[in-house]
This record gives sequence, structure tokens and C-alpha cells, in this order.
Amino acid sequence: MASVTIDDVRKSYGAVEVLHGVSIPIEEGEFVVLVGPSGCGKSTLLRMLAGLEHITSGRILIGDRVVNDLPPKDRDIAMVFQNYALYPHLTVAENMGFSLKLAGEKRPAIAEKVRPAAEILGLAHLLDRYPRMLSGGQRQRVAMGRAIVRDPQVFLFDEPLSNLDAKLRVSMRTEIKNLHQRLQTTTVYVTHDQIEAMTMADKIVVMHDGIVEQIGAPLDLYDRPANLFVAGFIGSPAMSMIPGTLAEDGAFAAADGTRLPVGDTGTARAGQPLVYGVRPEAMTPGGSIPLTVEVTEPTGSETYVVGRMGGTAITGVFRERITVSPGGTLPIGIDPAAVHLFDAASGQRLTR
Amino acid sequence: MSSTSVRTDDAPRRRPGLLTRMIESRNGLGFLFMLPAGIFLLFFLTYPLGLGVWLGFTDTKIGRSGIFVGLENYRWLFDDPVFWLAVFNTLFYTVFASVAKFALGLWLAMLLNRHLPFKNFFRAIILLPWVVPTVLSAMAFWWIFDSQFSIISWVLMRIGLIDQPINFLGDPWNARWSVIAANIWRGIPFVAISLLAGLQTIPQSLNEAAAIDGATPWQRFTKVTLPLLTPIIAVVMTFSVLFTFTDFQLIYVLTRGGPVNATHLMATLSFQRAIPGGQLGEGAAIAVAMIPFLLAAILFSFFGLQRRKWQQGND
Repeated sequence: MASVTIDDVRKSYGAVEVLHGVSIPIEEGEFVVLVGPSGCGKSTLLRMLAGLEHITSGRILIGDRVVNDLPPKDRDIAMVFQNYALYPHLTVAENMGFSLKLAGEKRPAIAEKVRPAAEILGLAHLLDRYPRMLSGGQRQRVAMGRAIVRDPQVFLFDEPLSNLDAKLRVSMRTEIKNLHQRLQTTTVYVTHDQIEAMTMADKIVVMHDGIVEQIGAPLDLYDRPANLFVAGFIGSPAMSMIPGTLAEDGAFAAADGTRLPVGDTGTARAGQPLVYGVRPEAMTPGGSIPLTVEVTEPTGSETYVVGRMGGTAITGVFRERITVSPGGTLPIGIDPAAVHLFDAASGQRLTR
Repeated sequence: MSSTSVRTDDAPRRRPGLLTRMIESRNGLGFLFMLPAGIFLLFFLTYPLGLGVWLGFTDTKIGRSGIFVGLENYRWLFDDPVFWLAVFNTLFYTVFASVAKFALGLWLAMLLNRHLPFKNFFRAIILLPWVVPTVLSAMAFWWIFDSQFSIISWVLMRIGLIDQPINFLGDPWNARWSVIAANIWRGIPFVAISLLAGLQTIPQSLNEAAAIDGATPWQRFTKVTLPLLTPIIAVVMTFSVLFTFTDFQLIYVLTRGGPVNATHLMATLSFQRAIPGGQLGEGAAIAVAMIPFLLAAILFSFFGLQRRKWQQGND
């Protein structure tokens, strides 16, 4: 186990800079998720951490060792790839023991280390199979097993669940989190799926266009997004965002004149162009704000309502069963304490 | 009466005709569809092959149809030192040319698989030796190997390594190595491009995973790239060996089998005896004698190299 320090790291391909100075501190034993839309540089950053990409400038430390110029094998890391990257010509046991074999360990010693890892992952009965005989979930486990056997300082995961079907993804998510709680190895996990990030991470790093937008615990990011990008990216259904300004009386006036309640206004000034952000679950039925219903999506436990409020498309989630037909109006209330105000120009959060 | 009438007990349904039954059956339809290709193969592959084998058992000469003489041609060849020299030459030629084509072709494929500038240009240019008609490239080599005007001799003399031209095609061993060199030059593109295609099917992430697992570049080559490439190597080298073993044009243009039969391959000797020599039966017998070697190469490739456990289907 070791801490990882990413310090003002940049990456350029020729004249194009794709990472613009990224700094991320990672504590020993922490589960850190790098999340962002595709092309944000998260995978590049992970590959630089693994030693598969050259670092243009800045420093990466594993423990207190600068690893910038170390080849991958000397960094004491293990990586799980999106396509698993299992060696098709080796059995499960050989795949898991490959690094030990390269390190010159004897056959019994390898078997001794492979077996417990296989048992943790429920692969013990598959050790003699070849990768092509396994299901997607089993291959994923073998890839993790290969990482565990090495007992590295840091685990790296590059979108490991993207190739699995939805149901398997949920159960593997739990399994990976479980594994981390058992092994307590520092983990850096890359994904584009914010649900994965929210459910697994000790700390989330939201990246966008080669910069870090915000670093924080999952619920901190959810409750206090630093800017409009993070607010829109974290949470599903996404936060509704209504442009407008702060009126003299302290309420928020949407572009079409609808008044919306505001609790704390932070540093927002009256007349300043603002964006009013409200999470779907901060709305309750039975208030004074008219919501024009376009679509209702009952899931059984909740009802999603897509409609228009203050001239903008919004989504609300209600525990109640909403039966308003499309085109009808649902009066709703908004919890003022759950309202976020953002500066429309800079996108920065203004409320506390 | 129309055929759509309701079936009655006293008028049992007629058995449909053979053609109808054939079209309705899955196998019958498949047979019908394969028939044109089958006839084509029968006429253009099986018939000439069968005729060749038959001629080998006769004493046919040009202008005179022969009679069946059993194994006489083969008995005659068994005692013929020139035939055995041709067998030796063919094996020698095939082994050395194939090994060199494999090694150089694989090396070239690995180079072309990297991120090089002008990668596509190099990939296209590499095919040139293969695209040029054999006779044309053979004539170019004829000049390169000329006893007086050889560019190689000229360069070596200029540098001062030798003081008289090398007799490339006039000395038996020089001639053997010279034709092998020409064959290698011609054969490399096929091997290199095919292996390059194979290399490109190996995901980059496997090499990266191996690098993280602690493999040196040489270990990545021997433990990941090479094992994954074996199926394609088996196919490519089988074809390469077959092409080399049956080579004719290059030898015929460069040396015509000379000097003193030193470069006669089985294919050139077969032609020599059959057409200019007029002994069709004997020529055919030499050609038929190639078949066991070729079959052995194919069977070795099929059983020894192509069938791998990790490639086979589920369980």
C-alpha cells in the first residue's frame, strides 16, 4: 500500500495539450474514482500512472518515489483493462501467475499465491480453463485475480465494467468495493459512469477537457457541486437548471417571470445572470409553482416527471404516484435549502 | 383436375418428382448449389492431376501415346543420380529459403507494425517484389548475378575485398545460394504482409498487460506475441513452403537447372525431361514424386501447428 501524488501533470501529443496541469492527492488505501465524459483525459492520466504513456511535464509519485521515468514493471502497480487483456493462450491459473513466473518464482510458490486469490474471486474451479471458455464476468474476475496475485502498491482499473451487461455491472461493482474493503489497497478507478463513481469511491475526481473540475467525497460532490459541469454530471436524473436572475425581493426570477424560492443566496447579487439548480428529489408535490407535465415515468417506487418550469425542461422525482396526464399542470414546492445558485457566466457555484 | 383439390382417401397423394424432393430437402438443395463448383473443380483440378498420375505409370512420349508400364518410371528414377540430386536441391532450396523468409519476414512485419513515419508508404512498397512478374525479377537477378557485369562483384572489387568477379551462377554452390537469395527476395513480401495482418489482430493491451506484469520486450515477444501468432505462422509458412518447393520460373530463367544440374529442382527437372526431353511419362513421374513431400508439409502444419487447445470452441 502506498499513497499516490499527481502533481501538476501535463500531457501533450505534438502541439495538442490534452491534460492541462492535473494535481490529485491520493491517500494510502483510498479508493479514488476518476470520472468524466469520454475525451476528458482520465484514461490518459491512468495510463501515465501505469507507465504506459510518457509524462510531458509534472511529477507522479507512488509512495515517496518519483516514478516519471520508471518502466511499468518497476512501479509496483497492477492494472485491470477494459477488455480484460487476458492472455488467450494461457489458462486462468497461468494468466494469474504470469507475473510471478516472469519474476522467476517456482511452480509451487506460484500455485500457493494463485489459489487464495482464485478463492477470493470464486475462480477456484476454473483454474484450468482458457479465457475463451469463460463468461464476461468470469474474465473480469480473472483480470482482477491477476492484479491481486501481484500484491501491488496500487490497483489501477480502466473502465473495467464497461463490457458487462447492466445486471452484472451492478454485482461486480459491489464485488470490487468488497474486495477493496478486504485488501485495503490504494485503488485508482477510471469510469465514465457517475453511478459507479458515486457508489464505489472514497473520493471522486471529476475531470473535464483535461482539467480537474472538483475533488471530493461522493456526497460532498452531490450536495455541493463546485460548478455547473459537476452539478450536471453527478446525479441521475440530472439536476434541473433554470436560467434567470435574483429579484429585489430575494426570490429567483426565471426567464419567463416564474418566481422560485431561494434559501441562502451566498454571493449572488440581484440582477446578475444566474443559473438556478435544483435536484429532482428536492421537489415535492403540492406547492405554488406550476410544473407543466410532458411525460410521467412510473418506476413503482418513484415517479419521474419530465416537464417544463420557468420556461426550461426539468425533471422531478416523487415518492408519490403522480397521475397528471401529459399537458396538465402539477403544482410543486421546492425546498429552499436544497437550491444551488451558479454564476451563468463562469459556471461557478455562488451559494455556500 | 387442379392440384389444389382436397385430398380424399380414395385418391392417395402422388409422390412428388425427384427434382421437387431435391429442392425441398436441405441437403439436396446444397448439393445442387455446389454442383457447378464441383464440376469446375473436377475438370480443372482433378482431371489434370489424375492425368498426371496416370502418365507417370505409362511410357508416353511426345507424339506417341504410351502404354501402362506400372512402376517402371519410378524404378528408373530410383537409380537416377540426377533425380536424387534434384530431390536434394529441392529440399535444400526449400529449407534455407523458407527459414530465411520466415525470419526476415517476421522481422519486417514487427518493424511495420510499429508507429513509423510514412507507415502506409512502406507497407505498400514492401509488396513490390511480389507484384513484379517472376520472370522480370528473375531477369534483374540474372544481371545482378552476371559473371562479368554483376553489380555485387563490381562493388566488392571497388571496396577492394575481391580482385576478380564472383562466378555467381557458374559454380554449383554459388549458384545454389544465389537462387536461394533471389527466392528469398521474392518471397519475403508474402510472409511479411501476412504476418503483419496477424500481428494487427493482437490487441495492444496484451502487450501493455505483459509490460505491467514485468515482461521485458524480448519476453513480450516470446511469451505473448509469438504464441498468439503461431496459428497464422502455420498457415503462412505452409503456403510459403509449398510455393518454394514447387518453384519453377525463377530457376528456369536464372540457371535452367545448371551448372551441371546443381540447381535443378524437381519441378524444373520434371519439365526438362517431359517437354524438351520428350519423355512425358518420366516427367510426370518426377512431378508425382513431389506429392508425398507436399502432403507431409500440409499434414505437419495441420496436426502439428494449427490445432491449439486455446483456440478451440467452448469446452
